[in-house]
Amino acid sequence: MGTTVFRHTAVLFADDGEAPPMPVPFDDNAKFAEYAHPERLVSTEWLAARLGSGDPGDLVVVESDEDVLLYDTGHIPGAVKLDWHTDLNDAVVRDYVGPERFAQILGERGIGRDTTVVVYGDKSNWWAAYALWVFSLFGHPDVRLLDGGRALWAAEGRELTREVPTPVPVEYPVVERDDAPIRALKDDVLAHLGRPLVDVRSPGEFSGELLHMPDYPQEGALRGGHIPGARSVPWARAAAEDGTFKSRGELEAIYLTEQGLAPSDDVVAYCRIGERSSHTWFVLTHLLGFEHVRNYDGSWTEWGNSVGVPIEVGAP
Amino acid sequence: MTTSGSETALPEALDEIAHDFTSLSVRDRLTLLLEFSDDLPELPERYEGHPELLEQVHECQSPLFLAVEVEEADGSVAPPDRRVHLFFQAPPEAPTTRGFASILHAGLDGLTVGEVLAVPDDAPFRFGLGEAVSPLRLRGMAAMLARIKRQLRATNLA
Repeated sequence: MGTTVFRHTAVLFADDGEAPPMPVPFDDNAKFAEYAHPERLVSTEWLAARLGSGDPGDLVVVESDEDVLLYDTGHIPGAVKLDWHTDLNDAVVRDYVGPERFAQILGERGIGRDTTVVVYGDKSNWWAAYALWVFSLFGHPDVRLLDGGRALWAAEGRELTREVPTPVPVEYPVVERDDAPIRALKDDVLAHLGRPLVDVRSPGEFSGELLHMPDYPQEGALRGGHIPGARSVPWARAAAEDGTFKSRGELEAIYLTEQGLAPSDDVVAYCRIGERSSHTWFVLTHLLGFEHVRNYDGSWTEWGNSVGVPIEVGAP
Repeated sequence: MTTSGSETALPEALDEIAHDFTSLSVRDRLTLLLEFSDDLPELPERYEGHPELLEQVHECQSPLFLAVEVEEADGSVAPPDRRVHLFFQAPPEAPTTRGFASILHAGLDGLTVGEVLAVPDDAPFRFGLGEAVSPLRLRGMAAMLARIKRQLRATNLA
């Protein structure tokens, strides 16, 4: 797949001096080749080689973390910071930013519509997957995740720097957000009851015993439990110990064999505020090739506070 | 304490820090918070391997542990006038939490029990950090302050 694109562009490139930048090839890592959409992942090795090549192409590396200062303590050389809360969320309404603001945020980071974006972050890429999902709401064509995220990059002893780049701003087009295909709102979930729902929170949150993640602050849900009919598949089951994704075979054993889901199913995933479920959304959509997976970002902080919605309690 | 007479005034050192933050642009406030984060003192050796001596602040998004010590003096000093020392432990992967802890350390360590107990509970919201890190993330600092004061209240009554 990557090779085809490469050859095609090589012809364009030879045309004249003002040729468009060469698209960034895909990582042809053997592990990724098994996934439904291998072009959505890059390895730390690939990224290091790409950045070290002197000519990485139209590629921007984006760090998106839970901790708003983590980027500032050291990041992948050349990477820009994108905060899930202060950048991607609207400052007033509980919603994502609109098209104008999204265009501004990306443009000032040197990201154009054709730019290849590689996202990475802390906490096994929760926030990176969340950012990638928001990019997908706006239909950004080429956005990839760094397998293993920040922790793997650091564990391998690869370079981190405090030097903040000053990207040359580019024009990012104002593109309407298209939520419906990959985002579920509360009413969508009510209409979806009876069809597959994946609750990716910890077992204690699922049963209703805990109102928040273990060791995390209580984030104001008035009821504990889960959405009726939801299956409990904690997000971390998709991750190996080093934070990379498990192999396709291992993932199929969990989601297909054990949970009985099929790639043609209409699935909604949720957690607490939609970040851990972005990770699962990525797994089902891009690694296993499910075609109709929506992330319910209102998640438990909305459902657990809504008046009159049905709830189930108890262990799976 | 400051002498403004306002019942909600911050202790002098903490007030200066608040002033330093609020006089900066939102972007520079993050840089200053990073400096605080870098400067958080290490936990003294006597606490190493003694997790039972530390209290975990569960409200923080990242593991943060704290210890509160009050100078015993020789009994001649009344409990509210004894000096307070604060110790924190948070991993380098949690720089925001470390920054919050470091602000409290710089602003409160060495004050008396009475002075720390008089710090207003809304102090964490006076650094202009809500805009820089989001109000959601500030809850951790409010919780640290609340737990420090709770421990001191217990000491004060003992």
